[in-house]
Amino acid sequence: MLTDRSKKTDKSDLSVVEKTYLPGVFKGMAITLKHFFMPKPTIRYPEQKRYLGPVFRGHHILKRDDQGRERCTACGLCAVACPAEAISMVAAERVKGEEHLYREEKYAAAYEINMLRCIFCGLCEEACPKQAIYLRHDKFVPVFTDRHDVIYGKDVLVEDMNNRYNRDAWTKEDMAKLWEKQNA
Amino acid sequence: MESVLLIKGIIILVIFALSLGIAAYETYFERVIAAYIQDRVGPDRAGPHGILQPLADAGKLFFKEDFVPVMADKWLFIIGPGIAMFTALMSSAVIPFGDTLKIGDLLVPIQGMDVNIGILWVFGVVAMGVYGMLIGGWASNNKYSLYGAIRAASQAISYEIALGLCLLAVILVTGSLSLREIATQQHGINWNVFYQPVGFILFFVCALAECNRTPFDLPETEAELVVGYMTEFGSMKMGLYMFAEYVNMFISSAIMASLYFGAYNYPGMDFVREFLISKLGDTTGHNLATLLGTAVFFLKIFMFIFTFMWIRWTLPRFKYEQLMKLGWQWMVPLAMVNLVVMAVATLSGKPLLVAWLGMGGFLLVYFTGRSMYEKRFN
Repeated sequence: MLTDRSKKTDKSDLSVVEKTYLPGVFKGMAITLKHFFMPKPTIRYPEQKRYLGPVFRGHHILKRDDQGRERCTACGLCAVACPAEAISMVAAERVKGEEHLYREEKYAAAYEINMLRCIFCGLCEEACPKQAIYLRHDKFVPVFTDRHDVIYGKDVLVEDMNNRYNRDAWTKEDMAKLWEKQNA
Repeated sequence: MESVLLIKGIIILVIFALSLGIAAYETYFERVIAAYIQDRVGPDRAGPHGILQPLADAGKLFFKEDFVPVMADKWLFIIGPGIAMFTALMSSAVIPFGDTLKIGDLLVPIQGMDVNIGILWVFGVVAMGVYGMLIGGWASNNKYSLYGAIRAASQAISYEIALGLCLLAVILVTGSLSLREIATQQHGINWNVFYQPVGFILFFVCALAECNRTPFDLPETEAELVVGYMTEFGSMKMGLYMFAEYVNMFISSAIMASLYFGAYNYPGMDFVREFLISKLGDTTGHNLATLLGTAVFFLKIFMFIFTFMWIRWTLPRFKYEQLMKLGWQWMVPLAMVNLVVMAVATLSGKPLLVAWLGMGGFLLVYFTGRSMYEKRFN
């Protein structure tokens, strides 16, 4: 016996009362009526969204720092780490007067992710030395209806300072601590 | 005279619209009930809680291509769904939806027509409904359609015998074929179901079979016959078949409610009527009491429709041999016993006591005897 739930099949003939099918019918109807009044586990998706945890890997975001300067220095480590070769960028040097825009002397003049190539593995996030690129836990990459919509540039990726992205755990260490706290 | 015609016309139009409206919303509630029984939420996109779903479905059906297969018999192919729908709608004419409405000096019964052969009319028309399926299935020129049609016909014929025998028992008690007469005799809580519960259960099962509802939907078994007689039908022709099925469900619920569950009668109806008349005056009070009775009738109908759907989403379908065995070897003999017991009970002068003793005694003797026999010889 593999489980303790297995039952021996009753292969004896039906009794006369059982042959009218009525006892079985009423038993079944009681079960369906019970299910009729049970709470439904359905989540009405577009209106109602489930919390997917702080480290779900969704839409990419290029973070800014507290003063609204872009963190990315166009070092290219994310592009190197990317197994799908989805990331490409063009570096440029910061000139005088742009200190409020870019944190380091070098910045990404163009930063593009090909969403048809991206596999949402999160290796770019791990490779980034400047905490610039993250995968959001609260937003999906929407469906494309056009090939030209596939390549996401800086216009979509850079963080909006009026609507900053935040999450409960930014690093693996934070996440481990969060787990500890949740499981305690 | 003319005002009577006008009022009758209005009543008939209202009944017609109600039949169609209820049939449309049956499709919606079928889906919702199915969903709830399966722990889902069902259609909820079209309008609030999805209540516009039937309109969307009907719109879709109307705008689909009206397709007739090349090898089909074109005219019969068109007539088939027409007959199905026609017969389904006709049978609602004699159902007593309520007591009388007082308009001026006139007392107008809420009923399409009160004929003294009311219940025979229903059965005559419903039996014609089989032609809808048979003609449609034959005209499709498709093996599956034909199989489905033949199954529908033979099933309807088999179960009509038990149905008719149960009905005879009711007529025996009432002494009239008029549905209105049957309804008035069940005044208050004097419902037929208390006299012949076995007859009611038999009638209910037969009604399921007549409506081709699960567990007797053998004519449209998708596993073996695609969808039976509807296989070649698309667009609104298929919609008509589906609608006819739902109208039939509504009608048979109404018939059951009026034959066994006292139609528009409910306990305490005399008290309510007198109370309303004393408060609101003769005409308004009377009409309000009548409408209340109609509401009660519809409540009973909806209860039956819910049970139909509840059964559909609970029971698996029978095998054809089980269906025939159940029909001929269980239902017909039991219906005959029920008829005899009711005849004796009616003559005895104490119908309630004798009916229960007779039926209970028979079932007890039968089941104990049969089980003893089987223990001994198996």
